[in-house]
Amino acid sequence: MSTREHILAAVRTALKDAPAVPDIPRAYRQEGDLNAQERTDVLVDRLEDYKAGATVVDEAEVPATIKGLLAGAGSYVIPAGLDPAWLAWETEPSRVTYDGGRHGARSVTELDATDAVVTSSAVTVAESGTIILDGSPDQGRRAISLIPDHHICVVRSRDITQILPEALRRLDGTRPLTMISGPSATSDIELERVEGVHGPRRLDVIIIRQSGNLPAS
Amino acid sequence: MSRTALGMPGLRPGSGNLFAEEKFPSAARRELGNAQLRRNLKHATSTIRTKRLNVTGELPDWEELREAGSALKTSVMARLPELLEAFEANVTARGGTVHWARDADEANRIIHGLVKAEGVDEVVKVKSMATQEIGMNEYLEEHGIAAYETDLAELIVQLDHDKPSHILVPAIHKNRTEVRDIFLKEMPGVDPGLTDEPRRLAMAARAHLRAKFLTAKVAISGANFGIADSGALSVVESEGNGRMCLTLPGTLITVMGIEKLLPSFSDLEVFLQLLPRSSTGERMNPYTSLWTGVTEGDGPQKFHVILLDNGRTNALADEMGRSALHCIRCSACINVCPVYERAGGHAYGSTYPGPIGAILSPLMTGVEAEENGSLPYASSLCGACYDACPVKINIPDILVHLRGKDVDAHRGGLPSQLDVGLKAASWALSDGRRLGAVEKLLPLGRAAAGKDKKIKKLPGIAAGWTQSRDIPAPPSQSFRDWWAKEHKES
Amino acid sequence: MKIALFATCIVDGMYPRAAQATVAVLERLGHEVVFPKGQACCGQMHVNSGYFKEAVPVVANHVRAFESEDYDVAVAPSGSCVASVKHQHPMVARRAGDAGLEERATAVGKKTYELSELLVDVLGVTNPAEQLGSYFPHTVTYHPSCHGMRLLKLGDRQAGLLRGVKGLELLDLPEADQCCGFGGTFSVKNAYVSSAMLADKAANIRSTGASVCAGGDYSCLMHIGGGLSRQGSGVATLHLAEILASTEAAPVAVPGPAGQPVKVVVK
Repeated sequence: MSTREHILAAVRTALKDAPAVPDIPRAYRQEGDLNAQERTDVLVDRLEDYKAGATVVDEAEVPATIKGLLAGAGSYVIPAGLDPAWLAWETEPSRVTYDGGRHGARSVTELDATDAVVTSSAVTVAESGTIILDGSPDQGRRAISLIPDHHICVVRSRDITQILPEALRRLDGTRPLTMISGPSATSDIELERVEGVHGPRRLDVIIIRQSGNLPAS
Repeated sequence: MSRTALGMPGLRPGSGNLFAEEKFPSAARRELGNAQLRRNLKHATSTIRTKRLNVTGELPDWEELREAGSALKTSVMARLPELLEAFEANVTARGGTVHWARDADEANRIIHGLVKAEGVDEVVKVKSMATQEIGMNEYLEEHGIAAYETDLAELIVQLDHDKPSHILVPAIHKNRTEVRDIFLKEMPGVDPGLTDEPRRLAMAARAHLRAKFLTAKVAISGANFGIADSGALSVVESEGNGRMCLTLPGTLITVMGIEKLLPSFSDLEVFLQLLPRSSTGERMNPYTSLWTGVTEGDGPQKFHVILLDNGRTNALADEMGRSALHCIRCSACINVCPVYERAGGHAYGSTYPGPIGAILSPLMTGVEAEENGSLPYASSLCGACYDACPVKINIPDILVHLRGKDVDAHRGGLPSQLDVGLKAASWALSDGRRLGAVEKLLPLGRAAAGKDKKIKKLPGIAAGWTQSRDIPAPPSQSFRDWWAKEHKES
Repeated sequence: MKIALFATCIVDGMYPRAAQATVAVLERLGHEVVFPKGQACCGQMHVNSGYFKEAVPVVANHVRAFESEDYDVAVAPSGSCVASVKHQHPMVARRAGDAGLEERATAVGKKTYELSELLVDVLGVTNPAEQLGSYFPHTVTYHPSCHGMRLLKLGDRQAGLLRGVKGLELLDLPEADQCCGFGGTFSVKNAYVSSAMLADKAANIRSTGASVCAGGDYSCLMHIGGGLSRQGSGVATLHLAEILASTEAAPVAVPGPAGQPVKVVVK
């Protein structure tokens, strides 16, 4: 008998009383009740609580906002699929490194020598201040949003849900997913939270305000 | 005592670091003598209690989430064989390799073989209860492989050659000054001017581990959740050390208990709300990673998952105790436990301390193993753990159930004072007339009392009581006698 | 209403004054109290110590005693013993494979109330000073016992009743929800951890400056009082029932530091 068969047999033996499979009571919230403006306000509050930067701008202001946040960066990396209009202002192409697509993958060492990263995002949960990346071309592979010390992340307000169940329904659970709630942090010394450990120590979130009557979620 | 099984045919009890080698009361008595430990634990647990209550209290559907979490885990246990098979098939279909391990030794041998195959002599590690439980670091060290802990608290414990004392914050027993002293003594190249400011300490850890993350070829992790219908795995963390380990090395080895499965990706909507709020008292932990098998061009290109039994089927076979396997390792029960707060995690011996450890360890090993029979008594049954548990494990009822198993396991031997006392009490307390007769003797106790009408010293097992407490002299008549006289009864 | 009193073994033998006070309060409200003679103990000491086999006859006796009397509801001056009757008795019977006893125990449990639960939820006591004449001109702090708080979810019932007593000043107890460390045989088997818990509870009680620590369970109060007495604190322990029974005409004396017995007040 293989170990696999042995364990499965042991599980079946342990369950020989045939315990009932219960129905799952899903009385918890499935949909939020805040409008788009309120969701954005809650998100900003949560991000600030995590000591992340949060700026709400119109679409047209995104390039200038990114430019300002990158002012101190000697170099930055962007995923191949990021909207080029957001970086059209760049006059020093040597600062920019591309990752993915026809540019190939940057090495860990190259990324470690890069000051910042700019990505988009898949969906964001306002109530817990959680931005989710799913590896789409405008977000890139997981290493690029991890190794540089400063992450600038763009969130579209139509991609902000109030609660987690709404967000998970919009994701493909087989993709590599990274949920980010603030800069890296630890509570390992006396259970007091300190921001900034191995992951990016600085997180700046640019939220694009979008007009139009959006549904509640 | 024997570490081999009693239990059911086909079931194997757990091995590795699941044992109390000393009875809890004597281990706890020693730890109680450490005043610094008591202060550290009091400070840390009261901080986290307040944070947890704030973030659980703000959710209007917290109780509904707990109900769903509890039912989901009950469902997982009832469906475990089919869910394990589905998980295995999905991991394999997406390029991962699934291994099975019956106990600690088998898991360690598999891990060692996989690391050796990569030709390396060091690995980086994400904090994992499963690898603590099987004693993986020690096993690899014996075989010439260094496993570097990358979680800050695990790093503190590893540098100090100590043992974890908490499942979430393994170095909870150390305060900031003690941590600084450990870093100054044990961390190569550390700034000798390091202060005890937590931020500075975290930065020292970042500098210490950076090169390890960037060069490691193999990483080892645990898993918070395995998703049966997709083969996805999830690690919930804060510092980014998890993301480093899960993303950068070419090979990833994940050790996961067989009970960690959830049926579907969508079920994370319950558990990713319950876990961080119960655990660190945050609305969400900084980072949660999910991955499925191997993704071309992103992350490790070799992925192995080891499904670990190590006594879990032994626990599963206990109808009353199997819900202990619902545990999501949040540590809320530990943080609210008044016994843990005084005794600390080391007193429990096992990798799993506190209320959940007091049931999980004996359920996995059998209550007869080593001194694990003393663990179910390490509780005043105050019930704070049950209230705090995000998946509503009725820890007090399981503690009492395991006490029953322990008492039954010792029947037929030499009776203890407590055996004799409780058997006599059963006789007296199962009949009002008998109790009435015994109560007529109670006034004799007045003779044992001093002039101040207090009893200050009792012999035998009751001596523990009178070490810090008086007992009042009994009254001159019982209520029963008073009632009979009042109501002209005989 | 006809109310069956379950005195509980510890009150029956060691603190009869709490049962006498319970009778006084209920009769003052115009109810008839009966005392089922066969009663002895709820058996939780056995259950909580793992002696399930020995608990069976104790449970069976309780069920028999409270089936043999005719009454509307039963009451006990103890959250812990009521929780045992409601939750543990059916479980002990089930574990012993006695479905008949399980059913009967469940029926008895359904009719059994903790004192504050009965007074507030069933008998509509909202103002003890007016409805019971309760008068107790002392500073009091209150320890909510674990089983009443967590198993019976008594909430504010006991403290609310105390606040309604004329002359009584209720002082907040820091870390009130922390266990006192009694836990039945826990205080014997893990005497050192138990003592450490008790030390913190006693220090919190003393920090309030109250002259009395009140509670709804004499098991916990015996433990807390034993510690306060050993420390020579001068703080007395009293059951909620005794404070509710105290009136301006017949006030309950606060026991002094030497722990002299309290004058029993009936009616």
